[in-house]
Amino acid sequence: MTAIGKPLVRRDGARKVTGTATYAYETPLDAPLFCHPVQATVARGRITAIHTADAEMLDGVLDVITYRTAERLASTEDAELAALQDREVAFRGQLVGLVLAESSESARHGAELVTVDYHEHAHDTELSADRDDLYRPEKVNPSFPTDTGTGDVDAAMAATDVTVEQTYRTAMYHNNPMEPHATTAWWDNDSLTLWDSTQGVHPSRTTVAKVFGLPEERVRVVCPFVGGGFGSKGLPHVNVVAAAMAARAHPGRPVKLALTRQQMFSLAGYRTPTIQKMRLGADSDGRLAAISLDVVEQTSRIKEFAEQTALPARMMYAAPNRRTTHRLAALDVPVPSWMRAPGECPGMFGPEVAMDELACELGIDPIELRVRNEPETDPDSGNPFSSRHLVECLREGARRFGWAGRDPRPGVRLEDGWLVGTGVAASVYPARTNPGSTANVRFDGGRYVVEIGAADLGTGAWTVLPQIAADALGVPVEEVDVRIGDTDYPKATVAGGSTGTATWGSAIVEAARTFRDKFGRDPGDGDEADATTGENPASERYAMYAFGAQFTEARVHADTGEIRVPRLLGVFAAGRIINPRTARSQFLGGMTMGLSMALHEDSVWDPRFGQVVNHDLAEYHVSVNADVDDVQAHWLDEQDDQVNPLGSKGIGEIGIVGTAASVVNAVFHATGARIRDLPVTLDKVLPFLP
Amino acid sequence: MKPFAYDSPADAATAVRTVAGDPSAMYLGGGTNLVDHLKLGVARPGRIVDVTHLTSTEIVERDGGLSIGAGVRNSELAADPRVRSRYPVLASALLAGASGQLRNMATTGGNPLQRTRCVYFQDVTTACNKREPGSGCSAIGGYTRYHAILGASSECVATHPSDMAVALAALDASVRVLGPDGERTIPFTELHRLPGDSPEKDTVLEHGDLITAIDLPAPPGDRQRYRKVRDRASYAFALVSVAAVLSVDDGRIRDARLAFGGVAHKPWRAWQAEDTLRDAHVSEDVFRAAAEAELAQAEPLPGNEFKVPLLTRTLVAVLRELS
Repeated sequence: MTAIGKPLVRRDGARKVTGTATYAYETPLDAPLFCHPVQATVARGRITAIHTADAEMLDGVLDVITYRTAERLASTEDAELAALQDREVAFRGQLVGLVLAESSESARHGAELVTVDYHEHAHDTELSADRDDLYRPEKVNPSFPTDTGTGDVDAAMAATDVTVEQTYRTAMYHNNPMEPHATTAWWDNDSLTLWDSTQGVHPSRTTVAKVFGLPEERVRVVCPFVGGGFGSKGLPHVNVVAAAMAARAHPGRPVKLALTRQQMFSLAGYRTPTIQKMRLGADSDGRLAAISLDVVEQTSRIKEFAEQTALPARMMYAAPNRRTTHRLAALDVPVPSWMRAPGECPGMFGPEVAMDELACELGIDPIELRVRNEPETDPDSGNPFSSRHLVECLREGARRFGWAGRDPRPGVRLEDGWLVGTGVAASVYPARTNPGSTANVRFDGGRYVVEIGAADLGTGAWTVLPQIAADALGVPVEEVDVRIGDTDYPKATVAGGSTGTATWGSAIVEAARTFRDKFGRDPGDGDEADATTGENPASERYAMYAFGAQFTEARVHADTGEIRVPRLLGVFAAGRIINPRTARSQFLGGMTMGLSMALHEDSVWDPRFGQVVNHDLAEYHVSVNADVDDVQAHWLDEQDDQVNPLGSKGIGEIGIVGTAASVVNAVFHATGARIRDLPVTLDKVLPFLP
Repeated sequence: MKPFAYDSPADAATAVRTVAGDPSAMYLGGGTNLVDHLKLGVARPGRIVDVTHLTSTEIVERDGGLSIGAGVRNSELAADPRVRSRYPVLASALLAGASGQLRNMATTGGNPLQRTRCVYFQDVTTACNKREPGSGCSAIGGYTRYHAILGASSECVATHPSDMAVALAALDASVRVLGPDGERTIPFTELHRLPGDSPEKDTVLEHGDLITAIDLPAPPGDRQRYRKVRDRASYAFALVSVAAVLSVDDGRIRDARLAFGGVAHKPWRAWQAEDTLRDAHVSEDVFRAAAEAELAQAEPLPGNEFKVPLLTRTLVAVLRELS
């Protein structure tokens, strides 16, 4: 009778495909006002005048809010959220005004008519590894040590048989979910309700309450559906504050604010570009003596976000001498933030391409090289792994992909005008739960109702949480209702870091056990129990990670250098899989996004202006259907009893990790062109073609 | 978006009179480009004159060729059996353009008039001589991956984005135009302009001129190919493209008509490459010589130098396939 492991269809699927699921901007409310942002057109400066009269005279425009008229916020500690508090412009695209109108068209037109004069300051927006002002952040996201080291990397490098010393670069990337960042805000007396597209209603509430100086119980955040987020909706950005501020200025009128696609390139976070100086030293058998990764990346001058890029290099492979560092440049740029697998995703690009380069140098199969460097315990913490099945993923992937008999020579297989190659890379992502999520289980009219303020950002929480609850209660899943996406339900942590299902599911399991302990198998109407997750004590004793192996077939056109990937195959060891249907979608989505990162995505920065110039989906390319042919995700039958009561590991992010390295390694195998900066595009391989 | 008056006149002559008499008026065809520009503030017309119902939506035989009404949708044109069999270079160029949804809206008359996708043109916060004459060109010294290597000026380095237009340039098509003074015909290769010192003018059309049809002469050659090179497999503008129509007889090139996309302010008819090929014996060397003849005048920008070898390689590959 177990529901876990069944490929149940999404409970919210019918509503989504028939268009009846309401998203934040669509919340039906009477007489809403529409809000359109005005953005700074200088990269750094001070506002000397704002001309709002033309906008204010437009039919339908009610108000133009600027730093002169905006309410003073209770907290401006988070400078990203300190909307319209002063005249300073810290980056191009920053919010400098809000136009409120009776229609979205009028608001947008009004925003076009607002002109701003600036005293412009010189700006500095170019990341490089040779800057003399790089600094060492106190910690990296969210609270890891900035630098680590054991042994003597330089001495070990000097003593090894084979070394790889290369610099790898990843591009700036923007999250670009289908649904833009959107909010409907409404004040009723002194209480604020936000229908917000967010990955966490409670974390959003906490932040907004602080910014406005409100007790949390006076803020309600509602979010039944999210059209994607990839991390950009994990933390509230300034659009949420702007919507709430605009609504407070017009009591009784709800305010709708949706960022345009272009606006999201400066106001909704992004993945920092990274420069990764990578060093590997190994003996002639391929055993690593030294691993070193020095990362340079950027943050905004007004708010630090230090991406934890070197983390996977700390724990992935055994080597007695190790070193990792992070250095930041604080620039006049928008604020970087979370994007699918922050840290691990870019942080496995350099190391996994370097491993391929090392394998080539040594003449060892890249899978074999990785197997030879399996650590017995976590090289970073020294703890045993709660489960680590990387080798099995590599072996199973090799079998399914058809790796055996691979001719390692690059650039020698020409089929119908295309050079063909294959590549492999490993993936890793932490298996974490977040403390502080509460679930409530109630028996109500013959059904079990589970309430928790979880968010479903399109990943399947509406479907998998009932499966977890049903098994924990020992009832058919059809008898369980789950209510999520509202701060009126018990507090839940963010859908981020691949922690959602494991965290909320753990709370549900505990609540169900408590419920059964109290009320037995024959509860009465209204009986209820709740439970709150704490720290997992095992996380002190074990290193907990999910692992995977990514395989790619790449084809590079011998005449034009066009790169196409007809096959991607991933095998994952990610604990117990709750719902194979939604899990497969997560893995495939992550792998597709990794392919997109490898070949297509690139936020092109123009340092003269201090902005991304290809800021729409016609010019910022993501992989589309025609680019994704045969993508397969498989998983091992793994259950890990240390990670949480479900034995499951998060799966939202591991699919993207390693994919880009695997693609680049396949392109090398196809052509002999070793591309070390992403994306790999045809102009980069062209000089290497016959 | 600035408010505008919307007209839906009863006939083409009225539409032409309306637009000719109102400097702020613009025609609306499929709207796949104009509507974006309205939202971005790139286009700020005071009046929009809808012409989708005013010109023919038929494809008819004419003088051994075809006459395509300006209202014919790109998807219909690509699917037409006569186009597919006699002008495959056009059919495949159409199918290489945009996405299925856009092709269902885009029109024969509107497609060649779509404006550059230069990111600076599309962003009203940056200077652009095409959008605002005299303001400067932000692309020079900036992001030039999609920009011109042929025929550009110090005022503008933008490229024309249409795939369809590249095929039409190679096919010796002509454009029928209704203006305030009546109807006239323009060779397709003369429709678009190089930027010179007035890049704001994409074409030789005057304000009020309405394209009513595009005429194709009898098929000029049996070997045709449109090859579009782009980073992703669909829904991307060409980095470079080649439209080629070839007549080969006994190892000798009788006739060659070539046009390039993604490299100039207009669909680039490669006259010099054609001259090199005409009457030459088929060989890899002659193909390369043809590319070199045309690209001798190339002036790539920092950031798009790769287009010279890329276009050379693409042209050679297309000619190899066709001969």
